[in-house]
Amino acid sequence: MTTTEPSAANPDTEAEAPPPDPNAVQITINGRPHTARKGQLLIDAAADAGEYIPRFCYHERMTPVGKCRMCLVEADSGRGPAVTVSCMVPVSPDMKVDTESPTTKRMQEGILELLLANHPLDCPVCDKGGECPLQDQAFSHGPGESRMLEEKRHYEKPIPISDLVLLDRERCILCDRCTRFADEVAGDALIHFNSRGNNTHITTFPDEPFASYFSGNTVQICPVGALTAQPYRFKARPWDLSQQESTCTSCSVGCRTVVQSSRDELLRYMGVDSDPVNHGWLCDRGRFNFESVKSDQRVLQPLVRSGDGFQPVTWNAAMAEAAALISEALAAGGANSIGIIGGARGTNEDAHAWARLGHDVIGTPNVYAQMGDGLPNGLLAESPATIDEAANAATIVLLAPDLKEELPVLYLRLRDAAAKRRSRIIEFAPKQTGLTSYAWRHVAYEPGTQAAAVAATLSDADVAVQLAKGNVVIVVGRANLAESSAATIAALNEVRAAVPGAKVLTAFRRGNVVGALRVGMRAGAGGLDTRGMLQAAADGKIECLVLVGADPLADFPDTNLARRALKAVPRIIAVDTFLTGSSQQANVVLAASAYAEKAGTHTNLEGRVTALAREVTPAGSTRADWMIAAELALELGTDLGYSSVADITASIAENVSGYEDVTVASVAGDGVLAGVPTDLDAVEIPLPAVPERNAYEYRLVVSRVLYDKAISTVQSPSLAHLAPGATVHLHPLDLERVGTSDGSEVKVSGTRTSVVFRAVADDTVLRGTAWVPFNQPGPNVGELIDCFAPVNDVRIETI
Amino acid sequence: MSTYPWAAGYIDDGDRPKVVTSRFHLEDGYMLERYHATGGYDGLKAVLKKSPTEVHDEVKTATVLGRGGAGFPAGTKWGLMPAGKFPRYLVVNGDESEPGTYKDRLLMERDPHQLVEGCLIAAYAAGLSQVFLYIRGEMPLAHERVANALNEAYAAGYVGKNILGTKFSVDIVLHWGAGAYVVGEETALIESLEGKRGEPRLKPPFFPAAVGLYGQPTIVNNVETLSNLPWLAINGTAAYTAIGTATSPGTRMVAVSGHVNRPGVYEIINGTTTFRDLLYGEEFCQGIRNGNELKAFVPGGGSAPWFTPEQLDLPFEGRLVGAAGSMLGSGAIMVMDHTTDIPKAALTLTHFYAAESCGQCTPCREGGTWLERVLQRVVDGRGTRADLDQMFEIGESICPGNFPHAASSKLGLEAAPFPYKMTTICFVGPSAYAPVHSALTLFRDEFEAKIVERKHIPVSVGVVDDHH
Amino acid sequence: MSRLNEANVMLAKEIIGRYPKARSATIPLLHLSQQQNGYITDDAIAHIAELVGATSAEVLGTCTFYEMFKMVPVGKYLVNICGTMSCQLLGADELMHHAEQTLGVKAGGTTSDGLFTLEHAECQAACTEAPNMQVNYRHCHRMTTTNFDKLIDDLRAGRLEGEIPVHGTLARVRQQIPADKAAGVASPDAPVVPAWMPEAAQ
Repeated sequence: MTTTEPSAANPDTEAEAPPPDPNAVQITINGRPHTARKGQLLIDAAADAGEYIPRFCYHERMTPVGKCRMCLVEADSGRGPAVTVSCMVPVSPDMKVDTESPTTKRMQEGILELLLANHPLDCPVCDKGGECPLQDQAFSHGPGESRMLEEKRHYEKPIPISDLVLLDRERCILCDRCTRFADEVAGDALIHFNSRGNNTHITTFPDEPFASYFSGNTVQICPVGALTAQPYRFKARPWDLSQQESTCTSCSVGCRTVVQSSRDELLRYMGVDSDPVNHGWLCDRGRFNFESVKSDQRVLQPLVRSGDGFQPVTWNAAMAEAAALISEALAAGGANSIGIIGGARGTNEDAHAWARLGHDVIGTPNVYAQMGDGLPNGLLAESPATIDEAANAATIVLLAPDLKEELPVLYLRLRDAAAKRRSRIIEFAPKQTGLTSYAWRHVAYEPGTQAAAVAATLSDADVAVQLAKGNVVIVVGRANLAESSAATIAALNEVRAAVPGAKVLTAFRRGNVVGALRVGMRAGAGGLDTRGMLQAAADGKIECLVLVGADPLADFPDTNLARRALKAVPRIIAVDTFLTGSSQQANVVLAASAYAEKAGTHTNLEGRVTALAREVTPAGSTRADWMIAAELALELGTDLGYSSVADITASIAENVSGYEDVTVASVAGDGVLAGVPTDLDAVEIPLPAVPERNAYEYRLVVSRVLYDKAISTVQSPSLAHLAPGATVHLHPLDLERVGTSDGSEVKVSGTRTSVVFRAVADDTVLRGTAWVPFNQPGPNVGELIDCFAPVNDVRIETI
Repeated sequence: MSTYPWAAGYIDDGDRPKVVTSRFHLEDGYMLERYHATGGYDGLKAVLKKSPTEVHDEVKTATVLGRGGAGFPAGTKWGLMPAGKFPRYLVVNGDESEPGTYKDRLLMERDPHQLVEGCLIAAYAAGLSQVFLYIRGEMPLAHERVANALNEAYAAGYVGKNILGTKFSVDIVLHWGAGAYVVGEETALIESLEGKRGEPRLKPPFFPAAVGLYGQPTIVNNVETLSNLPWLAINGTAAYTAIGTATSPGTRMVAVSGHVNRPGVYEIINGTTTFRDLLYGEEFCQGIRNGNELKAFVPGGGSAPWFTPEQLDLPFEGRLVGAAGSMLGSGAIMVMDHTTDIPKAALTLTHFYAAESCGQCTPCREGGTWLERVLQRVVDGRGTRADLDQMFEIGESICPGNFPHAASSKLGLEAAPFPYKMTTICFVGPSAYAPVHSALTLFRDEFEAKIVERKHIPVSVGVVDDHH
Repeated sequence: MSRLNEANVMLAKEIIGRYPKARSATIPLLHLSQQQNGYITDDAIAHIAELVGATSAEVLGTCTFYEMFKMVPVGKYLVNICGTMSCQLLGADELMHHAEQTLGVKAGGTTSDGLFTLEHAECQAACTEAPNMQVNYRHCHRMTTTNFDKLIDDLRAGRLEGEIPVHGTLARVRQQIPADKAAGVASPDAPVVPAWMPEAAQ
């Protein structure tokens, strides 16, 4: 064997050679020298060297277990060739690896034959056929035939292990990927090995399904067709699928995805392993809500009001009607009487076009992308942290809603940080969250006392020592929709005063809300935010309201205000994919294209700008939001100059602070981090005085859970039934105090009205508070929320 | 012992030095009072006067070989723990279940205090902060005796806080298993002790001495190994090494079972006693039953490749037995006389290991059962000649390359020595293959005798084939 | 219903307290539950999962790994006949055949009076006393068909109740660690150098 070491012969190059990399480990793979990294697993080093070692149980994002034995190779660490599990053994200096030796080949053939011994040969009817690692590796590394004459193992097939996932135990090769994922990544160890030896199989506990928000990932990582997802079963063969990389917009984490379709029909989303964002994982809502795009309830063409109903019209007629409504409003009340709410569900380009239409064409400062459930947008400018920085911080301070419910994959990243002991979490929350059990300190506070709770905790000596280690990231978001956002800002200020170097990750929730705010969907000088617009509308001061994919009746915390506002506004223009509670009240509905029907870019919560793919033809005659904005502008006499998405992407780069590097090329793959914006107003909200509690003795906590009445959930048949429904949760002792029991109905009264809920005893709720999930099927807690009150107190009585 | 009349086991009455079985003849040897009266806890008292390092060095010098199966010296094993990493644990392996093995149960039932004292000496010497004494689930009597001994020892101040008024404090927690052979493997034992399924961990990287119970340095020692320590502490290294040979000092408990006249558990001199002594010696088994001929014997527990009369003169010494193609394992000899149905005996063992596979790794889970099913077919007279080669093929997928076997002058075979390569995580998979390999290699004619040759049955041809 | 009763919860908590991590008590608590109910129920598993801080699926996974835990009711006496090497060499098959005839059930079955469950068992660590069997894990050495019949008669007649407790009860002597004598658990989260090893501190 000849090795080339150029520096040895040439003293000049030797003198210039950089000092040896302390992390480099020299090994030999199949006779060729290779430089691996210290601590790197042999299987990964071989892959870097271009030698793919077959594997089933090994997965880069999970702890190796060495169970399937497919990755056995011969490696010589100085004592002769030894059978080595390449997924468990790190490289060592001068190791000689042979991935093609006769022994290695014999082992690989042997393992494959044994794996196939009990594996059914039902590939022609198996969803995995064509993209199956077992099938592929049986072809590339297998013996070619099975010599087992005995009867194969039999199990009832397939059994549902959750509402979304089915398990065929005959196909299962017990690689421990799904179970490891459930335990190690999701923290929901609800599937596990059962029995022993040749009878080992995967099960859930009886009546305790694998109800994980992340169950779909197990289907994606299953190396055989044992796990299948209900929404995709028997829908397509892999070779019939076309696909493009895209970004999930179900929440603002912006997970990287592959969007797949067949015959112009969306069929499946898969997670892409993006290092800075989602590590390949998706939540089930994001993975399966593509069904809503295909819903037969979609608005397929523009509609104008006709009596109590709507009349389908041409785009020309609809645009003329919309322009007329705006012109009338301008005439009746001037530009300031027009409000535009929304933009967070579309692309950056959609939002930018609408922002320009509002600010530049109509001339109103009343433009806003948040729905009264967020925090001031100025936070985006305050030393922003990335997801990676948060997941590698020494300390993560949580002033946020339950991330597992609102930003599920961010939850996975932070859970991983805490579970692997990279980070310590200090959590402040009005109710226990998915991260509470991983928190180093969990501080439960009653609404109204958040800042005080933070101040008290920061004075704790252990906490001070921990924070003094530096590298602190604060995750901030709206933990309670029934409490003023000022409380969260005050708490944030407490932490930042104590830890001046701390970075901030804003846990804004809605898909592209960060992008929409940054590219212009925010109030201009003297303009109103959503709450302001709704209040002005209720007061009769708004002549025309434009809802760009916004549904205040469902999403604005104060339902009463939203209802009064929509009732009082004489003209409503809705740009929407479905007729929602709010768009049903519109004078004209402009039919919008949905996710995967339009291209563009997306900004996630850390400011990462990535691409959105158009994978299918827009339904009906629907149009992208930006197109609607551009045409409406034309109708109003202004040409925005946009004839393609790329035009707007370029316009954003030119005009939006921090987006200078955003180009069609740079948003590919993991995309590009937008710079820190310099054009946002500083956050200044005075902390209102919190009243003492009186006869209304329970302080209301309202927050979202993953599955609710969000239109994309409701319109996805696989997800629609997963919303738990509206119930009021009280600490068991409080429930006793009320004089009732778990499951019975109670009357919950606020200052405006009473709502009857079923009561649930829940010891994750703080005593003296009542928690109700927001926007759930059943009674509406929004009726009890006054969005101007610092806190909302309620009385709870038996019926 | 159970008080049921036919339950008493055979007791070794040979006139040899007894390191661990000295109280076996006493009816109440398991009670603290009797233990005291026979020198009990004197070893601990002697040890507490020395520094932990001195005690550790003595155990190292005495070369107390592990009695669990691998035969690794205990003192050396203790020294593998990373310095300065605490807490460290001692896990006592009382999960005796290797086919043929019967010694740890006796030690726990008849002399539990000796084991407790051994644990204390190990904990003191190696700086082990808590001891978990894992007893096989199917041994309630051992469990009762050890529980009673521990309760007595706590009351007397031998276990717990500030033992005998010193700074030495350690709890011994009695833990019990629930029926799974594989848990006797030390990493599976740790998994089981953590409340999980008893699936072995991969070594490397998880050597218990470095990463063991709860991820901490952990020593797993066999009951018999630890039971040696009190005698060693009292009598000293020189007395210990004076017994046996340099490479195999001390004594060893060996259970000889099967077709012998006096099956029993004997404490033999390590390294010098031969298999012939054991099987035919007057103080041991006194020959094969009914004057029958010896056909084969398993020298070291069910996992060990088989020997034939040709190997009778080998001494009970690990390296020599390894070179001869087998292993001493857990000190268990199973004897087969000439009446034995060899394929059936092999099936019994293969069935055992296939049934006891934990199921986590492919070759053992799939290969063990497959092997058993093919062998079952052969034993039932439904096998073919191809099945015999097929069994070697399946074995090759579990253990690639040469598998150890004994020499046979009759067959013109040279011995293939230990060790073997394996594709499995632990030794259960290869153990399912070992009996098949031995039996097929040494007694292939007995398998062939079970093959019923199926001749082609002529079938009248109804359609004339034009091509012929 | 078949959760651990109050007294056993107290005992369970004491057992859990002996381990640095509660989950280590899983197997002892499953035994405790089997002692209480004779077998393991789903409710018991869910209760133990609560007590040791694992999911029910994990406890079920542990439970089904070990053959002593029975997920369905078995007879008052579990008769396990060893069939491994030494016992097989000395007549285990014949003993099993006799037992099946005598009890009128196949291996794995339970007699209609609920008294006996017959099982084929693996090595019972009494190979020199072959052939062996266990009744509720109490060893019975050097079995013959005659003393098998006598044993079954004695059990039927209740003559062995003092010696062989009903299925589920393993040891009748439990370890007690008096609080004032306990050294305490050695938690992996508290790296403390043993007090008797001052030199290790350096």
